[in-house]
Amino acid sequence: MADITIHEGAAAPADHGHDDHGHDDHGGAHVTSTGLSNNKLAMWLFLGSECLLFGGLISTYMLYRGRHGGGPGPAQVFDIPLTSVSSFVLLMSSLTMVLAVNSAKRLDDRNTRLWLMATALLGALFVGGQVYEFTAFYQEGLGFTTSLFSSSFFTLTGFHGVHVTLGVVMLIALAAIIGRGRISGDKAEVVEMVGLYWHFVDVVWVVIFTLVYLIPA
Amino acid sequence: MAIIERPATVPAFVGDASASPPALVTPTAALGAFKRPVSTTGWKSWVFTVDHKKLGLMYGAVSLFFFLVGGLEALLIRLQLAAPDNTVLSADLYNQMFTMHATTMVFLFVMPMAAAFANYFLPLQVGARDVAFPRINALGFWLFLFGGIFLNTSWVLGGAADGGWFMYSPNSSPLFSPSHGIDFWVLGLQITGIASLVGAINLIVTIINMRAPGMSLMRMPVFAWMQLVTQFLLLFAMPVITVALFLLSFQRNFGAAFFDVEKGADPLLWQHLFWIFGHPEVYIIILPSFGIISEVLPTFSRKPLFGYKFVVFSGAAIGTVGWGVWAHHMFASGLGPVSVAVFSAATMLVAIPTGVKICNWTLTLWGGKLWFTTAMNFAIGVIVLFTIGGLSGVTHASAPADTQQTDTYHIVAHFHYVIVGGAVMGLFAGFYYWWPKMFGKLLSERLGKWNFWLMFFGVNLTFAPMHILGMQGQPRRMVVWPKKLTGEGFFNLGFWNQVATVGSFTIALGVLIFVINIFVTAKKVEKAPLDPWDARTLEWMTASPPKEHNFDSIPTVHALDEFFHRKYEEVDTEDGPRLVRVKSAEQILAEEEAAGDAHIHLPSPSYWPIVLAFSLPVIAYGVIFNLMLSVVGAGIMILGLFGWVLEPSVADDSDYDPPAEGSGPSKELASIG
Repeated sequence: MADITIHEGAAAPADHGHDDHGHDDHGGAHVTSTGLSNNKLAMWLFLGSECLLFGGLISTYMLYRGRHGGGPGPAQVFDIPLTSVSSFVLLMSSLTMVLAVNSAKRLDDRNTRLWLMATALLGALFVGGQVYEFTAFYQEGLGFTTSLFSSSFFTLTGFHGVHVTLGVVMLIALAAIIGRGRISGDKAEVVEMVGLYWHFVDVVWVVIFTLVYLIPA
Repeated sequence: MAIIERPATVPAFVGDASASPPALVTPTAALGAFKRPVSTTGWKSWVFTVDHKKLGLMYGAVSLFFFLVGGLEALLIRLQLAAPDNTVLSADLYNQMFTMHATTMVFLFVMPMAAAFANYFLPLQVGARDVAFPRINALGFWLFLFGGIFLNTSWVLGGAADGGWFMYSPNSSPLFSPSHGIDFWVLGLQITGIASLVGAINLIVTIINMRAPGMSLMRMPVFAWMQLVTQFLLLFAMPVITVALFLLSFQRNFGAAFFDVEKGADPLLWQHLFWIFGHPEVYIIILPSFGIISEVLPTFSRKPLFGYKFVVFSGAAIGTVGWGVWAHHMFASGLGPVSVAVFSAATMLVAIPTGVKICNWTLTLWGGKLWFTTAMNFAIGVIVLFTIGGLSGVTHASAPADTQQTDTYHIVAHFHYVIVGGAVMGLFAGFYYWWPKMFGKLLSERLGKWNFWLMFFGVNLTFAPMHILGMQGQPRRMVVWPKKLTGEGFFNLGFWNQVATVGSFTIALGVLIFVINIFVTAKKVEKAPLDPWDARTLEWMTASPPKEHNFDSIPTVHALDEFFHRKYEEVDTEDGPRLVRVKSAEQILAEEEAAGDAHIHLPSPSYWPIVLAFSLPVIAYGVIFNLMLSVVGAGIMILGLFGWVLEPSVADDSDYDPPAEGSGPSKELASIG
């Protein structure tokens, strides 16, 4: 741009300081206005939105949990010990997820993959438990369309189950991609983001387990 | 000096070619399984683009098209109501028409048009080279387009939705609406809903994280602020309607009974879920327009916005209190006195920050050197018309009055004043204000005046009589008004319905002139000046239309209205301090170019946003017609997701940090988005 000169005829600003819009204070790459990573901020926003999704589903269930007409109600079908065990499995998966993130931060690919797979396994166990539970309920006469209670129960827990399943797919895919060395960018942050999602799904389950299973209708 | 680094064969040089070109950075294709598209011309450069400006233009073009579709539907409605016991439309078709008119205008015109402006101007206004997640931005556009097309294919696939845009139970049940229309509506809104959600996340991160150095939140243009509030509203409102739509879907397609009174369900559940989304939605519609006129009014009053902080915080207050007023849509449903009182009070409360804004705009005009361009006309039109709509809105906060007016044309009058007079006129102010920035040419002011005055009179002619019609008891959504109930004298239904119909065609004529204006302007050879309005904010500190990388060097911001303060200095004279112009826009731009960054990393185009977006309507058609099709759609979705993830970023990380040449800073865009 050497051929463009600034016309000196324009009055030089005296004290305003707007002439020195220097370029020295750019931070270079990877710097954001707040210092937070874009990806992490986006994940938090997404999870905030998810809170409202589950909020709507939980409200629907709370409204309808007593309306089971002639069909079986919560007290007849829920198997608290079984669901407690699967809840424990899911909560433990949060621990293994933390270990995965920790390994990723130490740039330990081997252990990152190990703990990711362990988390995926525990998540899959939980989903398996849910499939077993749904099958048992169905055999006891609680279908999706049996009553308002059953519809809202299956919708709420089903949505959660789908979230866990997607999480498991993400974990396995992440472990595979790390194994192939195909993740660009900050590896630990990618693991951490999947971790955020995973912990969120766990926390939602704590709420669901308490409201749906433990507090009697 | 700047090089845009892409895996293109020919690097784009900006500036002095004789200067020694910096070493090219080689993109590392080996990073992922799929290569990225490289076209910079032709249709591929649009279909695979991730450039926020191109996406903004595409958003704008598509929503303008849907505006014409929704307008056509409105004209058919008004034709049907032009005479007693009219037969232009059958009752069935009339139901579809008003449902699709509202759905199209809200979800396929006002929201995406606001998104078009947000896409195009937010990065420019905050001094960024693109949004935080360019590929997600593209995904949002394609989802909106495919969702809109999907919704409208219902017209030829057995009939469109016919339950009203609020889709109350039991009208939404298969018993009362046996066609697939409502299924199309539900699934179409899910698709456009995802578009809104990902767009909201993207734009919030852009505003929070991508601001230029020195651009603190309180130095941000008001348009950026209002978009920030809007996007937060979208972020939290969309999941609620998503739940409601899923429940309705499960009821219609899989035999659940969430809203079926016969099976013991509570139809109010739908109303609550819908309006918890629906009322914030009202602010989602209006706040971008508030933002636009908060840019236009100061520019053409040659004054800073009066009470910038008040405008910003009252916008945020509207966004907050707006969550606690939804049940005023349900006063007639028997909520009980406590709920009614609480929601009444909250609704009156939300009028306060809105009134603050109107005061601020008026006081911005006060004492300014007013320049009545078409954009200014539209902005003042918003103040006038929105105030009328706002005032009738406050009367609805009073539950006893509201229960009288519920489901009458009085309500129709109110919300059209707010939406057409407030939101749509504001968007038109945006067209005329920003057209030279987007296309480098000024829209014709002469046609613009016609455009404005026809629309302004048209709005009043159409919607003012509806106050009378409503007070006389004409119900909404009725296909006919019978001759024997017309009444006599000044307040007879026949006369005022005809006035409203004439008014609607007046608006249509205004819009037609706008469309003509677009074509006339496109043929014009004369270029717009760089800074035609003597504007105030950063987006005007770029070329018109802006270069692909927006800014040659990222500006450092020192003040609110940064661009204005670079052009003008305060000089003490005998009559006290005066503002004196010290630089032209051309000079400022030349300075910025001279100090341009050596390395500018822009994200590469991508195949995957359109592939991923395409999978959703396939799944949706499958849900309606054949689940096997859904399986195919799911396959496309998985392909799209993994393609997205495994796509290489433009270049290896080591290429970015520190800048290869060391001569200048570089700005990387998110590699994961």
